[in-house]
Amino acid sequence: MSLVTLTVNGEGRSLDVEPRTLLVHALRDHLGLTGTNIGCDSSSCGACTVLVDGLSAKSCTMLAVQADGAEITTIEGVAEPDGTLNSVQQAFHECHALQCGYCTPGMVMAAMSLIDEYPDLDEAGVRSGLEGNLCRCTGYQNIVDAVLQAAATAATANAPAGSTP
Amino acid sequence: MTATATAEAEAPAPTAKATHFGSRRLRREDPALLTGEARFVDDLHLPGALWLGVVRSTEAHAVIHGIDTDAALRIEGVTEVLTGADLAPLWGGAALPCAWPVTDDMHNPPHLPVAVGEAKYAGDAVAVVLATSRYAAADGAAAVAVDYEPKPAAIDLASAAEPDSPLVHESLGTNASYTWELTPDPDAVEKAFAEAEHVIEERFIQQRLIPAAMEPRGVAAVPSPAGGELTLYSATQIPHILKVMTAVTLGIGENKLRVVAPAVGGGFGSKLNVYAEEIICSALALRKGVPVRWTESRSEAALATIQGRGQVQDIALAADADGRVKAVKARLLADMGAYLQLVTPGIPLLGAFLYHGCYDIGHYSFVCTGVFTNKTPTDAYRGAGRPEATYAIERAMDSLAAATGLTPEEVRARNFISADAFPYTSCAGLIFDSGDYHAVLDRAMALADLDARRADQARRRAEQNPRQLGIGFSSYVEMCGLAPSRVLASLNYGAGGWEAATVRVLPTAKVQVVTGATPHGQGHETAWSMIVADRLGIDPDDVEVLHSDTAVSPTGMDTYGSRSLAVGGTAIYMATERVLDKARVIAAHRLEASPEDLEYVDGSFRVRGTPASSVAFGEIAFAAFTAHDLPDGVEPNLEAHATYDPPNFTFPNGTHVATVEVDTETGAVEVVDYAAVDDCGRQVNPLIVEGQIHGGILQGAAQALYEDAVYTDDGQLATASLVDYLVPSAAEAPRYRLDSHVSPSPTNPMGVKGIGEAGTIAATPAVINAIVDALRPLGVTDVEMPASPQTVWRAIETARGRGGAS
Repeated sequence: MSLVTLTVNGEGRSLDVEPRTLLVHALRDHLGLTGTNIGCDSSSCGACTVLVDGLSAKSCTMLAVQADGAEITTIEGVAEPDGTLNSVQQAFHECHALQCGYCTPGMVMAAMSLIDEYPDLDEAGVRSGLEGNLCRCTGYQNIVDAVLQAAATAATANAPAGSTP
Repeated sequence: MTATATAEAEAPAPTAKATHFGSRRLRREDPALLTGEARFVDDLHLPGALWLGVVRSTEAHAVIHGIDTDAALRIEGVTEVLTGADLAPLWGGAALPCAWPVTDDMHNPPHLPVAVGEAKYAGDAVAVVLATSRYAAADGAAAVAVDYEPKPAAIDLASAAEPDSPLVHESLGTNASYTWELTPDPDAVEKAFAEAEHVIEERFIQQRLIPAAMEPRGVAAVPSPAGGELTLYSATQIPHILKVMTAVTLGIGENKLRVVAPAVGGGFGSKLNVYAEEIICSALALRKGVPVRWTESRSEAALATIQGRGQVQDIALAADADGRVKAVKARLLADMGAYLQLVTPGIPLLGAFLYHGCYDIGHYSFVCTGVFTNKTPTDAYRGAGRPEATYAIERAMDSLAAATGLTPEEVRARNFISADAFPYTSCAGLIFDSGDYHAVLDRAMALADLDARRADQARRRAEQNPRQLGIGFSSYVEMCGLAPSRVLASLNYGAGGWEAATVRVLPTAKVQVVTGATPHGQGHETAWSMIVADRLGIDPDDVEVLHSDTAVSPTGMDTYGSRSLAVGGTAIYMATERVLDKARVIAAHRLEASPEDLEYVDGSFRVRGTPASSVAFGEIAFAAFTAHDLPDGVEPNLEAHATYDPPNFTFPNGTHVATVEVDTETGAVEVVDYAAVDDCGRQVNPLIVEGQIHGGILQGAAQALYEDAVYTDDGQLATASLVDYLVPSAAEAPRYRLDSHVSPSPTNPMGVKGIGEAGTIAATPAVINAIVDALRPLGVTDVEMPASPQTVWRAIETARGRGGAS
């Protein structure tokens, strides 16, 4: 067994896992954070996407021991403690960007990372940026629109003081 | 999306004051799903549970000479390994159910949850492992050594139907499960073909598809050893049907069984079934007295969850010199796979009545033979029989257009059932409820900007541009709102087609709606609350919708076949009316008026002409609860139940126009525009309707362009992961432009039809017709699915006489 120390959603956590334990199973089975879903076994679907030190990562592709010392953000750590959705979650809600919702946590995490990385996202950028996250329900159009809406919100928030939109 | 103003004006409004019905209300389901709060089966915390691992046949067809469990049992955490023979007593030899014996002489060989003696497909369960963790269960399953003696396997569908094919079930002496025919007047069909000016004959292949709901299946069976009860959690579309079938299969009292479908991550028909793992976990949990759980891996899902489509279609049209179709003949071979799952044999028959499409033809003949192969069983996949039918007729109509020199839109318009013909009795015996196919086509042509696209196409053809443009039409009509129980009886279906609902007004005037329809992404909670809130004149947030747990919702027929709104929604509507009827009697008593003199306005009953004399809904709810002063003969509480058995199907329809660019040098296809006009009757929530259409279109387009469950000649599934099976991403998806037409269904009081499958039904032929349209000047008349760059390139090269050799 291996001792792994993580900061998950701002909270220090230590867990004793088999060395082969995937990060996603450590989060789900050992820490009870079941919001991160598993949709495949080939790193294709992105349902398990989380942020590792601020960057999106497919948590089924990473061993828990590889994340030792890292800061992890899962979908449970995204909304405000009172349940207020963050701008990406809110945009998904407003644009009807989810149906069954199984891909949604991974999609939201990937979108947050994408918006963070590319301040000037356009539609083509969103579509290629989310290529690693599969959704079977929505046909993606509303997801793309939601990410563009959230990106615009982020751009407005980040605009220098005094600048006009 | 805009509705048709004229149709809206002509039809009576479903409510006197529809505040919510028709509005784009955001979904109440979203917050739990957006924050990770929703619980799917694998999210359940079940201390002490044993994990099930399933050992699956690596051979398509093999005798099992022995199963060596020693290595598996030495793995830490593995507690038990059980073979099919070990387990057989647990289900007393009972097989997994097939509820649709389509003919009296249908062959339905026993399908045991775990095979005994012989494996019939790669993926067939041959043994199971119980272990204390999911990793140990997987290790254990991998360590079980099975001694197989491979046998000849029937893999290719057309070959399996030949007399010299290896047999999947030798004892049957044939691979044919059944042959089902619908030919009302054989002589008239033959006469029409003999007299036809144009005869179109086409063979189309419907490849097998893997449904690939994003949540793989999961099962957790939790026993209550002292009470003798069992709770079965399953990622299923059909908790109610699953409860009946599990009780019957295992011989346990249905009253001791509770089935819960928690959050379910999509289904598309693949979770409309009774699967081996549900029976195995239930049986073992009861025997061991501890929870037994299983979560499917994606590769396992490709093998062990049903697949869709799988047909060889021969379709023939007889038409006169003007391109008017006089008769249609369809001959199908339908791939059953190795066994019949819950409704496997009936799937092709859901299309059996629709091979004449939207067209007013005289005579009809349909014959389908269900064929066993050594492959994963097929069953319902989004559209289930109707996409196949629509594909065949819509491809053939384009061939007819080419043969007659008419445009695709003109050949369709000439043959459409006209708007004044509804209700229309079809040549296959259905009564189509409502529609205006010409108006829908006109709207679709306008939305697609057809003239400009044709001009662009002509320009590219003239300049011999390597990137050619194709415009593809698909007009569809489908039957949904499954289904009138008597019609199902006539088709030998093993259950009814009703749906149940309860509307329960709580003492504080908050409302619980209990529905038998079981959502897995459709937004039922939002839509049902809108329907009830409108009728009662209250806020949708005051309406809670309960579902998916047989302890809470004991009766229901669940969610499939685009039935939830047309059947389940109507049951809710009816139950709400009954609540209002009772409330009216109580209100009349309080107002000392006659019930007939009351009107219900803005959440209050008032005496007509005397608005000051009124009583609010909340007062009636509390009066019904206290029961201090109810009229004689009126029972306390305000609650009503309704079970709606629809008198007819509903018939959504539409026309989709796909525009594609085909790179004639590489064969690459890009969908550059997608315009869809759908008529699903009245829309409760257009936001949800559009979402269903978007997703449906992409699934249909994916059959045309990307998806294919490829089997090797020896029966190995070569596409058993999402690396090899190409579920499209946002990068491949086109932008969809939607419009709608509203012809309310006269079958139900809200005038609704259904929209869950329409996109999938329409999109596949629209995309392929567009590709063929782009390439017809090069001599290409057909492109097989999926139209991969290589397939398209070969079609071009073959047409150019270069044979497509690389």
